[in-house]
Amino acid sequence: MKVSAIITLKKDVLDPQGKVIHQALDGMGFENISEVRQGKYFEIDVNENDPSKAKAIVEDMCKKLLANLVIENFKIIETQ
Amino acid sequence: MKSSVITFPGSNCDRDMDVALKKFGFTNKMVWHDDNELPKSDLVVLPGGFSYGDYLRCGSMASKSKIMQSVINFAKSGGLVMGICNGFQILVETGLVPGVLLRNKYLEFICKNVFVKLDNKENTYFKNLNKDVLEFHIAHNEGNYFCTKDQLKEIKDNNQIAIYYCNSEGKIEDQYNPNGSIKNIAGIFNKEKNVLGMMPHPERMIDESLSGEDGSLFFKNLLNNIK
Repeated sequence: MKVSAIITLKKDVLDPQGKVIHQALDGMGFENISEVRQGKYFEIDVNENDPSKAKAIVEDMCKKLLANLVIENFKIIETQ
Repeated sequence: MKSSVITFPGSNCDRDMDVALKKFGFTNKMVWHDDNELPKSDLVVLPGGFSYGDYLRCGSMASKSKIMQSVINFAKSGGLVMGICNGFQILVETGLVPGVLLRNKYLEFICKNVFVKLDNKENTYFKNLNKDVLEFHIAHNEGNYFCTKDQLKEIKDNNQIAIYYCNSEGKIEDQYNPNGSIKNIAGIFNKEKNVLGMMPHPERMIDESLSGEDGSLFFKNLLNNIK
């Protein structure tokens, strides 16, 4: 089954890319934005039919490689 | 004295490091990332470059490569491991040194000479050096050192900060911080001080006519300290 993971920067970590994107959006006329934070999205097809087992495998992946827990948080979503 | 330089796919300062180590008397071996065993070494160097094209996060893929398990074991048994630039990024990803390296504050790739102030000379890398301020070269996009408040307190308490960005007189101020690193940190040790990660490249400062001499001082002194 397919499992997705969203990796985001923790709140107190500076995100210069997000800031620049925010400025660009501002310049394009999207004025009602208070903040933009950039992250990563993974879609992983796991050979496992049990949703909770599949999620546990992806959680392990996030902890060991996909996210750096010093600066990033992750959220796992079952997509299929 | 024997040294090993690890080459990852995308490393590009590995041969410069080889030249520098040999120039000052090390017998150096190049070691491929896919090897299992480190040759017998007094010093292991993770060189600069763009290992695995900086995919995912700089250094993250390299930190999981085959040879790294032996490098981690070597470091944990007290062996000297030095990571320069991308090598520093690999070290933080292995967890051998605390913190992470974020994108430079102003989103620019920075390539220039900088001055660094030594903070701690009670270690094999800087012991007996007769200078406190050295001129090295930096070339990086992700050199903005960051760690949590708790980690910062811990590395301060354990004297793990190796070098700070400063001016030629050794003044550590915000205006001499090229990349936004927390507290101007340019390099740090592990708790035991046998592992050193730093963004500046000493191997680019080993020729008086081409660059500068402070890298020569560093390598000569390092060899004498290991002997």
